[in-house]
Amino acid sequence: MATYEEIEQTREDTAVSPTPRRRNGRELIIEGLILASGVSVIIIITLIFLFLLKEGLPAFTSQPISTFWGRRWYPIEETYGLLPLLAGSLLVTVGAVVIAVPLGLTTAVYLGEFAPDWLREILKPLIEVLAGIPSIVLGFLGWVALAPLIQNMGAPTGLTAFTGSLILAYMALPTIISITEDALYAVPKEYRDGSLAIGATHWQTVWRVVLPAARSGIVIAIMLGVGRAIGETMAVMLVTGNAANIPELGLGMMFQPIRTMTATIAAEMGEVAQGSTHYSVLFAIGIVLFIITFLVNSLATRLIGGRPKQRGAQL
Amino acid sequence: MDNKLEIQNFSFYYGQFQALINLNLPIRRNQITALIGPSGCGKSTFLRALNRMNDTIKGARAEGQVLLDGKNIYDPDVDVVQLRQRVGMVFQRPNPFPQSIYNNVAYGPRVLGLAGGNGRLDEIVEQSLRDAALWEDVKDRLEGPAQALNPGQQQRLCIARTIAVKPEVVLMDEPCSALDPVATLKIEELMQQLAADYTIVIVTHSMEQAARASHWTGFFWLGELVEYGRTPDLFTNPEKELTEAYITGRQG
Repeated sequence: MATYEEIEQTREDTAVSPTPRRRNGRELIIEGLILASGVSVIIIITLIFLFLLKEGLPAFTSQPISTFWGRRWYPIEETYGLLPLLAGSLLVTVGAVVIAVPLGLTTAVYLGEFAPDWLREILKPLIEVLAGIPSIVLGFLGWVALAPLIQNMGAPTGLTAFTGSLILAYMALPTIISITEDALYAVPKEYRDGSLAIGATHWQTVWRVVLPAARSGIVIAIMLGVGRAIGETMAVMLVTGNAANIPELGLGMMFQPIRTMTATIAAEMGEVAQGSTHYSVLFAIGIVLFIITFLVNSLATRLIGGRPKQRGAQL
Repeated sequence: MDNKLEIQNFSFYYGQFQALINLNLPIRRNQITALIGPSGCGKSTFLRALNRMNDTIKGARAEGQVLLDGKNIYDPDVDVVQLRQRVGMVFQRPNPFPQSIYNNVAYGPRVLGLAGGNGRLDEIVEQSLRDAALWEDVKDRLEGPAQALNPGQQQRLCIARTIAVKPEVVLMDEPCSALDPVATLKIEELMQQLAADYTIVIVTHSMEQAARASHWTGFFWLGELVEYGRTPDLFTNPEKELTEAYITGRQG
C-alpha cells in the first residue's frame, strides 16, 4: 500500500526521467488513461458522498437532532429513534468479530505454519471457495438450519443477534484466514531462522516473532473481513428477526431478535414516499454508517502505524 | 588438543544431490575455526549441519556423526531445540527481529526461561550487549527499534542475541559479507574476545579474514574437505596443490 507521498515521489521520479525526448505520444496516452481511472474513482466516491448528504441532511433539519437518540423506531408514528438500530448493528458486528477473529487467526496460523503440505493444498482452495458463496445463500442456510438449532437450545426464537453473528463470522472468515496467511508467509525466513537458532521452539517462534512481525498484515486482514461483515445486509436481515428493540443488557442479550441499520434501509426503502421525512431519515442512517466505517478505517490505520517502509512485513 | 566438536564420516544430501562428502575434522574448544572455499562448495551447508538448521529444509538428510562433547547430535534422542541453545548461529544478513533492541537480546532468555525476575533479565541484556561491544552505542535507546541501527550494529546485536542464551558454540555464516571494512574489523576483534568463552566456527568468503581472525582453517571444494590445519600453516605452506591454487587466487 503506497501512501500519497510515495505516489507523489514516484511521479516526480518519472517526470525527471533522464531521456525526456523519448516520451512519445503512446507514453502520454497511457499515463493519461491511468490518471483518468484514478481520478474517476475519487470523483465517483465524492459524488456518492454528496448524494448521501443531499438526501440525508434534511432529516437533521426537519426535526430536532434529539429525536435520533430515542429508544423507539416507529416510522409510522414519525418516531425515528436510532438507538435500537445502532445497538443491533453493534451487537451483531461485535459478536461476529469475537467469533471470527480468534477462529480466523488460529486457522491461518495452523495453515501457514503447522499444517502438512497435502492438507494445506486441500484446505486453502476450499477456504477460498467459501469466500465466493453468495451471502444470501448463507442467510438462507442460517434461516433453515441454524435458527431452529438455536431455538432448540432454549432461546425464545431462533432469529437472534447471535444467529446473525454466526453467519457474519462465517462470511468474514475466508478473508481473515486467507490474508493473514499471506501476511505470515511474507515474514522473512531470516526472522524464523534467527529465532530457531537461539533454541526457541516452533511455537515460540510463531508466537513471539512471526505474528508480531506480521501485525500490520493481520490488522488489514481483520479490517477487510470485518468490513465485509459490517456492510452485509441481506443475510443478516434473514436471520436476526428484524425487531427494532434495544436488547436488555445481560447474558441473554445475544439471544434476542434485533435489527441492524443496513437491514432497516433495505427493508424500508422500497416503501417510503420519495422526499418524505422517513425517506431522508433512511439516508441519514446511511450517513451514520458512512461515518462509522470511516472511524473504523482510521482506527485501523493508526493501529498499523507509521509508513509502510518502516513496517516489518507487508502484504 | 581438546575437541569441542568431532565430525566423523559426515555426508549430507539435499534429495538426490550430495552436498557434503565424507567429512572428517575436529573443531577445537575455545578456538576460532574458519571454513573457506568457493560458493557452492558446501561450507554453509556444513555450518548449518552443526546445529541442524538444515532440518527445516525438505528432503535434507545426514549420514555419519557430529559429536558434541562426545554425543552425536543426529541421534534420535537429541532434542533439536536444546541443541540449538548450545550451538547458536549468527547469519549472513543481520536479522534482528522488528522489535526493540532490548527485546531482541531478551528474546532468548525469555523463551528459554533463563531469567528469574526482570532485574535478572536487565542484567543479562546489559552483559550480552557489553560482550558484543554494543552497549555504549545503544544504552540510551534500548527501547528503540533494532532496525534503526546500522548494519554493523545490527550484526553485533545479533551476536548479543545469540550469546544471551550462553551457548557453547557460536556458528557464524559469513557474518561480515553485508558490512563495510570498519564494521568488519569490529566483528573480528569481537570474535577474538568471544573465543575466550565460546568455540567459534566461521564461514567466510574472504581469505584475508580467515588468515587474520582464525586459529584453524578448513578448505572446502565441491563438498569435500580438501585440507584442514592451523591457519598460519595452511596459508603459508599448504599441503595440497588445490589449496595453494585457491588461496593464491589461481583457482576458485
